[in-house]
Amino acid sequence: MSTAVNETSAGKEPLIVSFCCNWCSYAGGDLAGTSRMSYPANVKVIRVPCSGRINPMFILRAFQRGADGVLVAGCHPGDCHYSTGNYHGRRRLSAFKRLVEFAGFEPERFEVRWISSSEGDKFAEEMTAMTNKIKALGPNRKMRDARWQKIT
Amino acid sequence: MPRTGVFLCHCGSNIAGTVNIDQTIEASRNFPGVVHVDEYRYLCSEMGQDIIKKAIEDNNLDRVVVGTCSPRMHENTFRKAAAEAGLNPYLLEVANIREHCSWVHKDMEEGTPKAIALLRAAAAKVALNEALEAPKLEVEKRALVIGGGIAGIQAALDIAEAGYPVDIVEREPSIGGRMAQLEKTFPTLDCSACILTPKMVEAAQHPNINLITYAEVEEVNGFVGQFDVKIKQKARYVDPVKCTGCGICWEKCPAKAPSEFEMGLAKRKSIYVPFAQAVPMVPVIDKETCLYFRKGRCQICEKECPPQAIDYEQQDEIIERRYGAIVVATGFDQMDPSIYGEYGYGQHPDILTGLEFERLFNASGPTGGKVVRLSDGKPPKKVVFIQCVGSRDKARGMNYCSKICCMFTAKQAILLKEKLPDAKSYVFYIDVRTAGKGYEEFQRRAAEEYDVAYLRGQVGKIFPEGDHLVVHGVDSLSGKVVDIKADMVVLSAASIARADAPELGRKIGINTDSYNFFNEAHPKLKPVETHTAGIFIAGACQTPKDIPDTVAQASAAAVKAVGLLSKEMLQGEACTAEVDEAECSGCLHCVAVCPYTAIDAKEIEERYGDGTLKRTVAEVNPALCQGCGSCSAICRSGSINQKGFSNEQILAEVDAICLQR
Amino acid sequence: MTASNEGSRLIDEMKAQSGQDPADCYQCAKCSAACPVTAAMDLLPHQVIRYLQMGLEEELSNSKTPWICASCFTCAARCPRDLDLARMMEGVRLTVLRKREGNKFGPADLTPEQLEKLPQQALVSGFRKYNK
Repeated sequence: MSTAVNETSAGKEPLIVSFCCNWCSYAGGDLAGTSRMSYPANVKVIRVPCSGRINPMFILRAFQRGADGVLVAGCHPGDCHYSTGNYHGRRRLSAFKRLVEFAGFEPERFEVRWISSSEGDKFAEEMTAMTNKIKALGPNRKMRDARWQKIT
Repeated sequence: MPRTGVFLCHCGSNIAGTVNIDQTIEASRNFPGVVHVDEYRYLCSEMGQDIIKKAIEDNNLDRVVVGTCSPRMHENTFRKAAAEAGLNPYLLEVANIREHCSWVHKDMEEGTPKAIALLRAAAAKVALNEALEAPKLEVEKRALVIGGGIAGIQAALDIAEAGYPVDIVEREPSIGGRMAQLEKTFPTLDCSACILTPKMVEAAQHPNINLITYAEVEEVNGFVGQFDVKIKQKARYVDPVKCTGCGICWEKCPAKAPSEFEMGLAKRKSIYVPFAQAVPMVPVIDKETCLYFRKGRCQICEKECPPQAIDYEQQDEIIERRYGAIVVATGFDQMDPSIYGEYGYGQHPDILTGLEFERLFNASGPTGGKVVRLSDGKPPKKVVFIQCVGSRDKARGMNYCSKICCMFTAKQAILLKEKLPDAKSYVFYIDVRTAGKGYEEFQRRAAEEYDVAYLRGQVGKIFPEGDHLVVHGVDSLSGKVVDIKADMVVLSAASIARADAPELGRKIGINTDSYNFFNEAHPKLKPVETHTAGIFIAGACQTPKDIPDTVAQASAAAVKAVGLLSKEMLQGEACTAEVDEAECSGCLHCVAVCPYTAIDAKEIEERYGDGTLKRTVAEVNPALCQGCGSCSAICRSGSINQKGFSNEQILAEVDAICLQR
Repeated sequence: MTASNEGSRLIDEMKAQSGQDPADCYQCAKCSAACPVTAAMDLLPHQVIRYLQMGLEEELSNSKTPWICASCFTCAARCPRDLDLARMMEGVRLTVLRKREGNKFGPADLTPEQLEKLPQQALVSGFRKYNK
């Protein structure tokens, strides 16, 4: 496995971790699949109940572990399954984005998108756009934790 | 170390087409904790499920990962299978290999490594899963209906007919609501009382319905299946058991006050029933105007009452009762059009609102059913109706269309022509909106057969001139200014939410829109549900609507309530939040973000040195928690964590996915 | 009569001048019913907005109504769509004037002394025009 790690850590293919809320965006991802749309395999989705569940710690951890981009996707404002979760998420994550920028990290590596369960096309488009953007930005060097590489 | 089994589904060629099964299976063997791997063509089939069940038993597996379609599709299927093999269903995780991998990537070069990463993440997460139990909630098999108008009556009757006891709480002394005030109903012109009164009586006599009139909801606590409600029964000063409704008391009572039921156009006595067909036929004493309560003398009603039902000592009472479901049907109000100075409402007795004008047609109304000018008692020759007074007006009124005005105006114009064949009606309108069965035909009949003049335009001012009211308006279609010497003017005042709707909403835990109407859970697919499970809405408290729509919605709300009450037990959410009391600092940020008021402060005692220390911590009610995780995200000390989606589990997934790098 | 609201200079200028969008109007004619000087108008106020919505520049330029409008603001006070009709009329007047008269003079025609005073004059006339 260690060879595989070294191979990709050379920065060939970027890794994008996407946190998707169960009710809208994850379902939108399902629809993208059912409609046989395609987007780059660089994106790996983690299912969470709500975009309001996202603790900035999750995002930081992804960057530390070498992810090149993180995309949080949730229900459109006003459509939250839990009625207010995405509002809290929106506030928290926009503040967080400014914080990482302040800390000297490229804020473009972190995005929040609203994707409904009927927007399979939007899901695929956003994932493709994010991947292209991250490819242009190059690998995440600033926040990657070198020790993590050694551990694995 | 967990003993995890990984099962990969081919889904025919749906997965196997773009994911190399053999490579993926081999890679899965190396995940930490994995002791068993297998693959099958269709895991969701009977055969496939049996493979999983047998492997659990044979290999003593305590964790399972299935790599299949989306968990939104078959998570339940596999969890059920795991449970049948004796494993707690929440110890199984699904990796979404089909929708999120094989279907969106074109070849194995892309698909296989991603499938491995997704399975690795699921295996990392499942290692931290705990056995969970969805809370079972009891259901109190009784419903509460707030509001005794046609919506409340219909909902209560439907629930009662399904076999469950219902209480109707009505603020006024009688049920009946707005519909009781109407003379006729569009578009068929049946008499409102003729179709409503039997329903009121049916509700009163139904063995499953309990009427609590002259009462208001004070407080609602609890949650779906177990709402604890405090109802304030206002003192009637009349014993409803003794009272026979003979009417002697209100006949003899010397004090008078404006009648709410007659929109202030007539007087009622201080001891009164609001209208002749009131249900229950038990009067109330209005303390504000009663001579005995004001001056300490009179007591005529007490002396005259044959069964001696008058009781001046009665006090307000609080009724406490538990309900499984609540239907809110509190209806609407009419906007006060006096803010429109140009119409002069309130300054001239012959300028009325639609609801006031309606009362003039009623045989027991303020004029005994004669349509006459309130100024001089003469029948009007020309009546001008003005539409959209306060509706569709974002500057001074409400931005929405009140929906019922076009139709009730056509109705009143027709009724007027039938009562007074010499009378002529004019209607100033912006648009005529008559969507509904038989509605357009009805409105056209008014214009074509009943000689009602429809003028597209608005009125700029109304001023008295001699005996008349001059209505100065514009017909926009001809571009002409129109002056009508009218005898009466009827304003279609906007239908608005009850002024205290937001307050009631706060009490029962449902929210209102920007116009103070109650919000439905989904504008299309959940029209009678609210965001609070177990509370439903019906009728014009949601948005202005006519009687057919109100009745339909009331029955819909009743079905939802009955569906809830018919359950033996309610299955709660298993992935609820949990507080680590040792860590919790009691900042209660979680209370603020919880959309379900599922979190409360709790005092705990701790050993501290030699003594004990009291401090506040958060406490989650698992019955209320819906598992959104907002509290876990906001908690500064990480002491509130969501089961099934814990911080550790999500971080483990992140780590596993990033191992690729 | 040509009706087109696409790319109408008159409407664009009127919008810029008044900050009001004729598209907000749903033609209830409340303005015309409220207006005290309709007797002298050839187009009723709501018709002026309708003409604006339809882009009937020529007809509007020839109408007396914008010049009859006394800017009493009754229409604005009554409008259920919160449109300020009096401002729209002023916008129409200004636009028509500019089109008809052209610019009386340009900056090149001014003497240096006049140019020196120009900013103050522009300020004062701006106050007059937009102070409400």
